[in-house]
Amino acid sequence: MNSTFTAPRVDASLDVDQVHVWRGDRHVLKGVSLTLRAGELLHVWGANGTGKTTLLRVVCGLLRPEQGTVAWGGRPIGAQRAEFQATLAYASHEPALKSDLTALENLRFAVGLKRPAADAELQACLDRTGVGRCADLPARVLSAGQRRRVAMARVLGVKAPLWLLDEPFTNLDLAGTGLVSSLLHEHVSGGGLALVVAHQDLDVGLAVRRMELDG
Amino acid sequence: MIGMFSALRLILQRELLLSLRRPDQLLQPLVFFLIVTTLFPLALSPQLSLLRDMAPGVLWVAALLSSLLSLDALFRGDAEDGTLEQLALSGQALSVIVVGKTVAHWLVSGAALVVMSPLVAIALGIPLAAFPTMLASLALGTFTLSWLGAIGAGLTVGLRRGSVLLSLIVLPLAMPLLIFGANATDRAIAGVNPAGAMYFLAALCVFTATLAPFAATAALRITLE
Repeated sequence: MNSTFTAPRVDASLDVDQVHVWRGDRHVLKGVSLTLRAGELLHVWGANGTGKTTLLRVVCGLLRPEQGTVAWGGRPIGAQRAEFQATLAYASHEPALKSDLTALENLRFAVGLKRPAADAELQACLDRTGVGRCADLPARVLSAGQRRRVAMARVLGVKAPLWLLDEPFTNLDLAGTGLVSSLLHEHVSGGGLALVVAHQDLDVGLAVRRMELDG
Repeated sequence: MIGMFSALRLILQRELLLSLRRPDQLLQPLVFFLIVTTLFPLALSPQLSLLRDMAPGVLWVAALLSSLLSLDALFRGDAEDGTLEQLALSGQALSVIVVGKTVAHWLVSGAALVVMSPLVAIALGIPLAAFPTMLASLALGTFTLSWLGAIGAGLTVGLRRGSVLLSLIVLPLAMPLLIFGANATDRAIAGVNPAGAMYFLAALCVFTATLAPFAATAALRITLE
């Protein structure tokens, strides 16, 4: 699938070093460090409110930590914001779809801002996540699980080396869970990097590193 | 990564398509504009000379208020469904996204209002000779207002009920527009050269269009955090 990223890229490395984040007077992230290399999957878990989503937002550069650094390829992401953000695919816990646009149109704009992509290619991504026949339906009529699958199709379409997934299994049926697991398997075994926040155990048929966040 | 202008075109397409899918949001401010301007002759007097005297003021106040109606939705929808985050992470400068969204907003609100204004102008007894000045001044004024509104919308998008605050932020900033816009229209009706006021409007337009993208981007970045 990600043929462009089958070979591990030398500079594909994520280093989070001693990140501290306060929200108001709440100390959400207390010195979190992690490393992620090409071909690795890191599963972040922990109880509700321990800062898993906050960590993802820090990693993708939406939230600037009060202390600590996030580096991509050895350079701080603040110094290469645009380049870094073009190399990541972030799926938040909301599917982030415009309900008035069709599934395909949603992909066309979301993926198109990152890289030029033909409709046929985007349609293939939708087919891969099992929502190909919903391509021309407005996102508002899709079920929660279908929306999640469209969001995964967007992640696929971006063809980014770094995947940041926030609870990717929410609202998915058994087949959908299996699908996301096999997509993760393909991505990581092809040399990609994945940081996944999830409550349940990951079963992707690969060595998965686990990291627990405790509030 | 795609170029800045392709990104801008894509954002414009997205916004215009979205407004097309929600025609009610496009029509409501325009109908509001029509109704408010109709209220004045009913409340005051339908006497043509009186109407013609107050026409510039009525036209401009109604245009400002109806433009404000749609401003609150500029970033709010995208912030609520999570697409704003995706736009911010697209690898494109956030300011490009702000520019695209604001220009699209003006096209569906301000430009549409300019197109509608002759209807109101005829009802208020504005002479045909004053139409070019009126249209040009309204176009400049609404475009400037969209930029001012982008700053306000960026600041208030994180608040649950931001629309009143948005008006309180934007309306004081819009006062120079009202003064020069109404003055230009007034002069055109009286048959006097409106160039002075028009130059001021154009200067305000250039000033806000160059600086507001940065201010709105900064405001939006705070909201995203």
